[in-house]
Amino acid sequence: MASKDQSPASRLRLSDVVRVGASGPRARKTRTALSALGISIGIAALVGVLGLSESSKSALLDEISALGTNLLTVEAGGGIGAGDGELPETALASAARIPTVTSASAVWNVDADVYQNEYIPEGETGAINVVAADVDLVHTLRGDVADGRFFDETTAPYPTAVVGSVAAERYGIRDLDTPTYVFIGDDYVEVVGILEEFPLAADLDRSVILSQQAASTFFDADDSPSTVFVRVLDGTIDETRDVLPGNTDPENPEEVTVSRPSDALEAQAAADDALTTLFLGLGAVALLVGGIGIANVMVIAVIERRGEIGLRRALGATQAHIRRQFVTEAIILSVLGGIGGVAIGVAATFVYASSQDWRVIIPQEAAFGGLVGAVAIGAIAGLYPAMRAAKLAPTEALRA
Amino acid sequence: MTAATVNHGDQGLVRPQRRPALELRRVVKEYPGDPPVRALNDVSLRIDHGELVAIVGASGSGKSTLLNVMGTLDRPTRGVLEIDGVDTAGRSDNAVSGIRARKIGFVFQQFYLLPGMSAVENVANGLLYQGVAPAERRARAIDALSRVGLGHRLEHTPNHLSGGERQRVAVARALVHQPAFVLADEPTGNLDSRSTDAVMQLIDDLHNDGTTIVVITHDTDIAAALPRRVTVHDGTIVADSGHPDDAPET
Ligand SMILES: Nc1ncnc2c1ncn2[C@@H]1O[C@H](COP(=O)(O)OP(=O)(O)OP(=O)(O)O)[C@@H](O)[C@H]1O
Ligand SMILES: [Mg+2]
Repeated sequence: MASKDQSPASRLRLSDVVRVGASGPRARKTRTALSALGISIGIAALVGVLGLSESSKSALLDEISALGTNLLTVEAGGGIGAGDGELPETALASAARIPTVTSASAVWNVDADVYQNEYIPEGETGAINVVAADVDLVHTLRGDVADGRFFDETTAPYPTAVVGSVAAERYGIRDLDTPTYVFIGDDYVEVVGILEEFPLAADLDRSVILSQQAASTFFDADDSPSTVFVRVLDGTIDETRDVLPGNTDPENPEEVTVSRPSDALEAQAAADDALTTLFLGLGAVALLVGGIGIANVMVIAVIERRGEIGLRRALGATQAHIRRQFVTEAIILSVLGGIGGVAIGVAATFVYASSQDWRVIIPQEAAFGGLVGAVAIGAIAGLYPAMRAAKLAPTEALRA
Repeated sequence: MTAATVNHGDQGLVRPQRRPALELRRVVKEYPGDPPVRALNDVSLRIDHGELVAIVGASGSGKSTLLNVMGTLDRPTRGVLEIDGVDTAGRSDNAVSGIRARKIGFVFQQFYLLPGMSAVENVANGLLYQGVAPAERRARAIDALSRVGLGHRLEHTPNHLSGGERQRVAVARALVHQPAFVLADEPTGNLDSRSTDAVMQLIDDLHNDGTTIVVITHDTDIAAALPRRVTVHDGTIVADSGHPDDAPET
């Protein structure tokens, strides 16, 4: 007689869900590789772009910390005060006397044009200007001399020039192996030094620099400095910043502007540049297209593999088992793509960052997020095809 | 193999107790349409453990429909289907899948072996949806393949096997979980005559070992060689040679 006892249900072990899900991709390797490719490209773009932008940012931050964040600049201007818009002549000496200031330098404007030689038409200075500086400027800015030397106490009285990095490039001055001159005012002045760039005082890169002593003797140099640079003791930035206006211009402290040039560089490092955003967008689009590709491959797989679906139902698979098989399969395709993409992205970051001498930074969140994203994309892409597979009636699936 | 061999002396005769492996009572199967197609009309059939039955009939007579209903791949529109004494009516898809996983083995004309999987793996799939552990699945699959004479072809993939060998792999897969019965729909339909003979010999051997097998065929020669023949015509059973034990002495 018929008993109503509950016969045991079908059961598919969790490890077998993965095994069964992998069986399709395993049996069709070329197709698996091709269907995973879209995801690979997307993830590679995301990981590579983030890796490179992180690596380049860290390179910039390294550079900033090498330059030091304890440099302040003091300039006239700002408030609408009663003053004349200039720092007092004593500004440099006053700044240097502040106890927290470890080194101070200044530049002065010089009323003269500079040209590569006398044949350049008047006015075509190429935006290169002439300034005067004290002998400590390179030290205060932690700059470097590419060739020749900067002024010192013994050379300061003589009319010689040091060219900033951009100015040197404009004038085609690569080295000082042969005597080199620039034309300032009405005279040729010998170039005795070429500077490396000053990231914290980029204006000076486009300048031809005279010693302050020579400039006031031979040229028409201002008596008031245009900018005073000060290095301060670590940890005394804010304190020094507060006292600088009163010390350098006691009569019109409100007209003094103090700034910290490393702030601008840090802001630049923090900013996501537009290109990074663009590539991230492209990576996201590639991921989306890759996901659609996987969905597409899965829809075709379900149609092609009706017989397999029917067979599995005959062997006792439930609808849920079939659904899990195809979702797992889609996730496997996508994760394979994700792993490939992370590998390509990391390799690209490594190669490019090394070629730029940057410290290689692999953003772990990007790599990890890429894989998690791949799982999610696979699951979403596989869901609809898997549901169609599960809904297929066994007899229909088995009809050849 | 268990209760079927118990002796039972009710009628003064000593013969094994007969227990139904499957039973259909007044089964109707209609396919939706306008008008609906009645593929099975009031079919009653009982097949006992240990039987080897041929279901014969012309094309379109309803043989495959009958097999699908017997195998729970399709549900009857009306009537009762009991498998190994258990009524299947009103059971969920999951429950019915569980019945297939444990009680029924299928052999199809098209083999339905999975490409890229070895013979053992294909056979082991017969135990997959019972939750049997992989090592045990493999061991039992090797046994089943030896039973069908393919102990030397374990790691071959289907495309490296002949048609006859493929069907023997499929038979091993249908046996590996020791089902109550095996349903074979035209198992020799895609085979040449030599392979046909080999597969039918295998089926006969399995029957002699106690396996319950239902073979659908439109080949009357094949049917004639089997101990019991059920003839289907237009969705009804028009002839049944009955259980051989019930046949009059000759
Ligand atoms: N899914 C279906 N929808 C509608 N009608 C169907 C369906 N499946 C089968 N039929 C019809 O039911 C009847 C029996 O079909 P079935 O496949 O059971 O025959 P068969 O005896 O197996 O034939 P063959 O020997 O050709 O395989 C046929 O008239 C067929 O057209
Ligand atoms: Mg048929």
